[in-house]
Amino acid sequence: MDIPVSEVSGVVTFYSFFSTRPRGKHTIRVCLGTACYVRGGKKIVESLKEKLGVDIGGTTEDGRFTFEVARCIGACGLAPAMMIDGTVYKQVNVNRLDSILARYKNE
Amino acid sequence: MTTNTAETIKTLEQLNAVGKAYRDEQDKYQYRVYVCAGAGCISSNCGAVRDAIVNEVERLGLADKVRVYEAGCMGTCAVGPVMLVLPDRTFYTELSDKKAREIVRTHLSGGQVVENYTFFDQSVGRHVPVIDDIGFFKHQVKIALRNCGAIEYGDIRAYIASGGYEAAYKVLREMTPEQVVAEMKTSGLKGRGGAGFPTGVKWEAAMKQQSDEKYIVCNADEGDPGAFMDRSIIEGDPHTVIEGMMIGGYAIGASTGYIYVRAEYPIAVERMKAAIEEARRRGLLGEDIFGSGFDFDIEIRIGAGAFVCGEETALMASIEGQRGEPRQKPPFPFQKGLFGKPTIINNVETFASVPVILAKGGEWYAQFGTESSKGTKVFALAGDVVNTGIVEVPIGIPLGEIIFNIGGGIPNKKKFKAAQIGGPSGGCVTAENLNVPTDYENLKELGAIMGSGGLIVMNEDTCMVDTARFFMDFIRDESCGKCTACRIGTKRMLEILERITRGEGEEGDVELLIELGETIQDTAMCGLGQTAPNPVLSTIRYFREEYDEHIRNKYCRAGVCSELFVSPCENTCPANVNVPGYMALIAAGRFVDAYNLIRQENPFPAVCGRICTRPCEKKCRRNQLDEALAICDLKRFVADYAMKNEKSYKHDIVFPKNGKRVSIIGAGASGLTCGYYLARLGYEVDVYENEPVAGGVGTLRRALRSNNRARSDDHVRNIGHGAGGGGSARGRRAICPWNRAGSDHQRQGPVQRSVHTR
Repeated sequence: MDIPVSEVSGVVTFYSFFSTRPRGKHTIRVCLGTACYVRGGKKIVESLKEKLGVDIGGTTEDGRFTFEVARCIGACGLAPAMMIDGTVYKQVNVNRLDSILARYKNE
Repeated sequence: MTTNTAETIKTLEQLNAVGKAYRDEQDKYQYRVYVCAGAGCISSNCGAVRDAIVNEVERLGLADKVRVYEAGCMGTCAVGPVMLVLPDRTFYTELSDKKAREIVRTHLSGGQVVENYTFFDQSVGRHVPVIDDIGFFKHQVKIALRNCGAIEYGDIRAYIASGGYEAAYKVLREMTPEQVVAEMKTSGLKGRGGAGFPTGVKWEAAMKQQSDEKYIVCNADEGDPGAFMDRSIIEGDPHTVIEGMMIGGYAIGASTGYIYVRAEYPIAVERMKAAIEEARRRGLLGEDIFGSGFDFDIEIRIGAGAFVCGEETALMASIEGQRGEPRQKPPFPFQKGLFGKPTIINNVETFASVPVILAKGGEWYAQFGTESSKGTKVFALAGDVVNTGIVEVPIGIPLGEIIFNIGGGIPNKKKFKAAQIGGPSGGCVTAENLNVPTDYENLKELGAIMGSGGLIVMNEDTCMVDTARFFMDFIRDESCGKCTACRIGTKRMLEILERITRGEGEEGDVELLIELGETIQDTAMCGLGQTAPNPVLSTIRYFREEYDEHIRNKYCRAGVCSELFVSPCENTCPANVNVPGYMALIAAGRFVDAYNLIRQENPFPAVCGRICTRPCEKKCRRNQLDEALAICDLKRFVADYAMKNEKSYKHDIVFPKNGKRVSIIGAGASGLTCGYYLARLGYEVDVYENEPVAGGVGTLRRALRSNNRARSDDHVRNIGHGAGGGGSARGRRAICPWNRAGSDHQRQGPVQRSVHTR
């Protein structure tokens, strides 16, 4: 395309949806927008870190999940919310996480 | 859903014919059912509900009586999936496929409203079946949201049937750009994206620019956390945005429009794409629209996850394929914008209001709102409020009305603390200011902004220091890094806030935050940076005492900053009793140990167990699962249990006498408590009381009087000692020589918390 690497890198690293590492099969984005934060999104993040064994931005060893936090997915009325690929899960609590993750484990 | 016979629409007759045909088709059905397919209801699985209704309708042979539609967001996201049954306007909430089938059988077939499944209005404590009677809806005025949730979003004919594209026809065929601009100026509409610049003035500036090419851009990069109204409009009524952009394009002379949608909104992108294609098929986008000679088309650009791209100059850079960094203004976008051409950028909600303004006139629109802020504003109501969702109200109604009349107040009997309005660029509105009209000017004066309309309600469990830290973390993360003030300033502010929330705050930190904040406001380049310190400065302005508590007392009254305390219950207990400790001892069956643990902080467990207002239980983590532990009742139980067991008094640790005497005036709760602990520390204590009964004027006295058990339990004994009449000048008697707690009683316990009353 005749574009310097520096420019490509500049654009890629600027936006959070671009990645330079291989991603997991599914992307989990836990919303940490204000409403979700107020309603306990932080606890979901902590719990997922433990369950998946990866930090924010990481991909699980089996390549199944990439774990990220999102700034606001616009589901504030359903806080705390998280998104796996295109699906929004509403009013998530720590006890529901296992059953949600299980849906993606057997594919 | 578009039929194959989609004909292009060139004339008003054709437009009206399409609308009439759609309405006629609707009139054939006895019932029309609109299932909400907003993003909220989709995640509540509205698809299953819709399928269940369709199947049940077919099974019962009602297909020619009942028609099921998918509509956009109806606003009440928290109680989804929801649906509206016409013509009787019954509003069903929290549906499941099973409930939906029952509604089909009983209501659509049997004609009986299933009241138990209709909206439950918590403020009046009963089900309200008809949507227009519900507090959440009846205080609203829907202009931008007029079609949202009321029509089928996926069919252009539905939009046309409700008057859609008539304004565009009128504008393109009958009005000059100057007239359009004049109408917009009359309406007084201000940009709804946040800055609140008058739309008509902006359009006029772009109209007057000479250029071979101009652009009109719709900003749907709704990045403010807590805002989701643009999403709802695009998902529920995409054509109004197209029509609004078309009118704007005509006014300024642009033939290309861009919609910049964030990647986090896949459904919005999908529906907007479909709507654009349908409009093209109908000839409502493309060349020579309505035979007016005006060409207009729209392209979608999808963001890639950068908050700063909501800033107009950054957004344009992003559309051009570059890093989304803002640049200096001037030149303003209307002079030199996208690809160097004059460009107008407006928000989704602004465009959604445009067709109505042109159809009904600027004067009509200006009747809503206040003197200086006309029209209506959509708010995304979220956080600790009963009815979360999307609402549209005339500008200027007090915030309290939005939160309590429409929003239904704060759930779980918690107290309102503040409303955060305007997202990371905004500020807080506190309880004292709930009556202030919400218009652009008043909010600014309060240190908040109208912003895009994100309205997050916070209850007493929210720590304002932590909230400020949250926003600063957000901004620090999203700062594009171009200018120093924002890049480094926000990082430094965040570091200070983090320190405070960890309990490492120092005197002077707040002053430093204010100084840094004001510097960033003055020196940052773009709107994002200039407004970045607002949440911090606003919380300092209204909740300075919370900052001071964090810094000086290492105390977080909301129980959020977890490094400052062991547990929320202990943190909130005015006496700081180790609640988790004694709960664990009770669980292990060590009741007397539990009792003694309580007495380390509170000498009156039995009294407290009877009269305490139990703030601890309000903060109990167990609430999140079902209900709070019965902390107070358990305390009463262990105290009563310990009463039967005199051994318990042996274990108090008492320091040797230090030879000092303390006199305490008043045998109220605090007097007695001070006496008790001072005696344990080795002081000789006398308590003086004017009344014949100890316990002061408060609840302790009532408890002491009314309950023998409590009295003796807490060792409050009359020992018949007058202490030599050493009363105060007012003739109070010394009634409680706690020096009796000396060696005589060592075996029994160090302290006879003995009060003499007679």
